[in-house]
Amino acid sequence: MIEFNHVFKRYPGEYDALKNVSFKIERGEMVFVTGHSGAGKTTLLKLISLIERPTRGQAVVNGKNLGKLAVRRVPYFRRDLGIVFQNYKLLFDRSVYDNVALPLLVTGVESREVGKRVRAALDKVGLLPKERLNPIVLSGGEQQRVGIARAIVHRPSLLLADEPTGNVDIVLAEEILDLFLDFNHHGVTVLIATHDQRLITRARKRMLVLKHGEIAHDSPSAAGTPQ
Amino acid sequence: MIRFLRKYGRHHRHVLATTLQQLARAPLASLMTVAAIGITLALPTGLYVVIDNLQRMSQGWDTGGQISLFMKRDAAESSIEKLAERVRRMRAVARVDYISRGQALAEFKQLSGFGEALNVLDRNPLPALLVVHPTPGQNPEALQALLRDLRGNDLVETAQLDVDWVRRLHALLALAERAVWSLGALLALAVLLTIGNTIRLAVLNRRDEIEVMKLMGGTDTFIRRPFLYAGVLHGLLGAAVTWVILAVTQLFLSGPIASLAASYGNELRVEGLSVAGSGVLLTAGALLGWLGSRLAVGRHLRAIEPS
Ligand SMILES: Nc1ncnc2c1ncn2[C@@H]1O[C@H](COP(=O)(O)OP(=O)(O)OP(=O)(O)O)[C@@H](O)[C@H]1O
Ligand SMILES: [Mg+2]
Repeated sequence: MIEFNHVFKRYPGEYDALKNVSFKIERGEMVFVTGHSGAGKTTLLKLISLIERPTRGQAVVNGKNLGKLAVRRVPYFRRDLGIVFQNYKLLFDRSVYDNVALPLLVTGVESREVGKRVRAALDKVGLLPKERLNPIVLSGGEQQRVGIARAIVHRPSLLLADEPTGNVDIVLAEEILDLFLDFNHHGVTVLIATHDQRLITRARKRMLVLKHGEIAHDSPSAAGTPQ
Repeated sequence: MIRFLRKYGRHHRHVLATTLQQLARAPLASLMTVAAIGITLALPTGLYVVIDNLQRMSQGWDTGGQISLFMKRDAAESSIEKLAERVRRMRAVARVDYISRGQALAEFKQLSGFGEALNVLDRNPLPALLVVHPTPGQNPEALQALLRDLRGNDLVETAQLDVDWVRRLHALLALAERAVWSLGALLALAVLLTIGNTIRLAVLNRRDEIEVMKLMGGTDTFIRRPFLYAGVLHGLLGAAVTWVILAVTQLFLSGPIASLAASYGNELRVEGLSVAGSGVLLTAGALLGWLGSRLAVGRHLRAIEPS
């Protein structure tokens, strides 16, 4: 599903956010990316979602070579992705419902179908009663969950989440983790960038540790080897 | 195929709805843009209507004019009569009046009131005159050719075409028409800029939305569409405003025009923009709206990339 071979990412200003990163994630896997602040976690997710392009090396996602994918193909590439952003990226000029409906809108799903899917997604994150509200009135954790609902509503094959539990208490964090485990159980490949060690320990999944832009550690899906 | 069309139709309905919502959300800005477009387009369109009317009215005027051929004083009367006969048979000529030297003098005496005073002249100073009436409906070039032709005759001292002012009017109107077209092109550019600027602001105002749409897999075509709709709508409404301005102006002028017409024996009928003209106006408005927003959106959409 995802294969990185000696990938470098240099931001303008000669700063190498990722250095010689190689790894492979199979379809249906669930992987945590962790590391100190500034280690390059978000950068890694941005490469996978084509918000940034690799400077060097080869990165293949969903069979597409990220360095070479034509700009006009990018939207279609992204439709297979569900992305939960570190800063949510919700639109405050429309309701929770309309925010979650966006990924369906851009692909032209029928409106009856849209209603069903949006409500199902909101139900999953426990926000169905708030579908008519503007997300600006919601708490940080609730906004985060709107972002999660939006990331799953179009049933992506790859789910990317950047600090999806950054703003919620431990009870809610575990609920959200269970949600991701459930998607993964249904065959979705899941990649989560997080600082939250409790989450990683609880999930017992594979973990990529980044340190100053390099992979310091790649522990396999270690059931029974708590980190 | 049918499913595709249904999907397409659904999407366009949706886009139209959101476009209208957006217009309703910033009604003042939209209204001002529409009014600016309406006024801008009213100038060339109004001038066009005026010129069109003038052209129509002047069409009825005798563009044939007449050519006066003053004969050489020593030309024999018989040869002049022969010449008159020959000219009369020319295809471009409808009628020829022959005014002999004697007739000319008699007429002059009568008209000038010099009567007796002229009797002291021992010789008639006036030349014979052929007044040539060309067949009506000829263009100025044909008349000029006829004039050259007649002037070349040995018997003719001078030949004079009396249609200069009609010709000048026509030339002036043709010039004015060109001027209106250039003015129209210039003001179309102004409309383009007005709409482009409005749409540019709309794009910048919706930066976040565009960024998120791109992240959700929205194609540029998809993201561009509501802006194009908005551009077309602005252009169309602007053209409609122009239409209303012209209609109101015509109504406002109808009183004076009617009294003027009465003094001309009702020959004067002022026509506003025709149905076809209105169609052209609205289409032009919509096209300018589309083009203006297309140019503005194209550039600014590319600049907005998620980060
Ligand atoms: N657009 C950019 N231009 C220049 N440098 C950048 C840019 N984005 C990120 N960086 C730098 O790259 C490094 C990695 O950033 P990144 O956001 O990937 O870290 P992170 O692991 O997600 O950190 P955090 O846990 O704080 O979110 C940081 O040092 C950051 O300053
Ligand atoms: Mg980060």
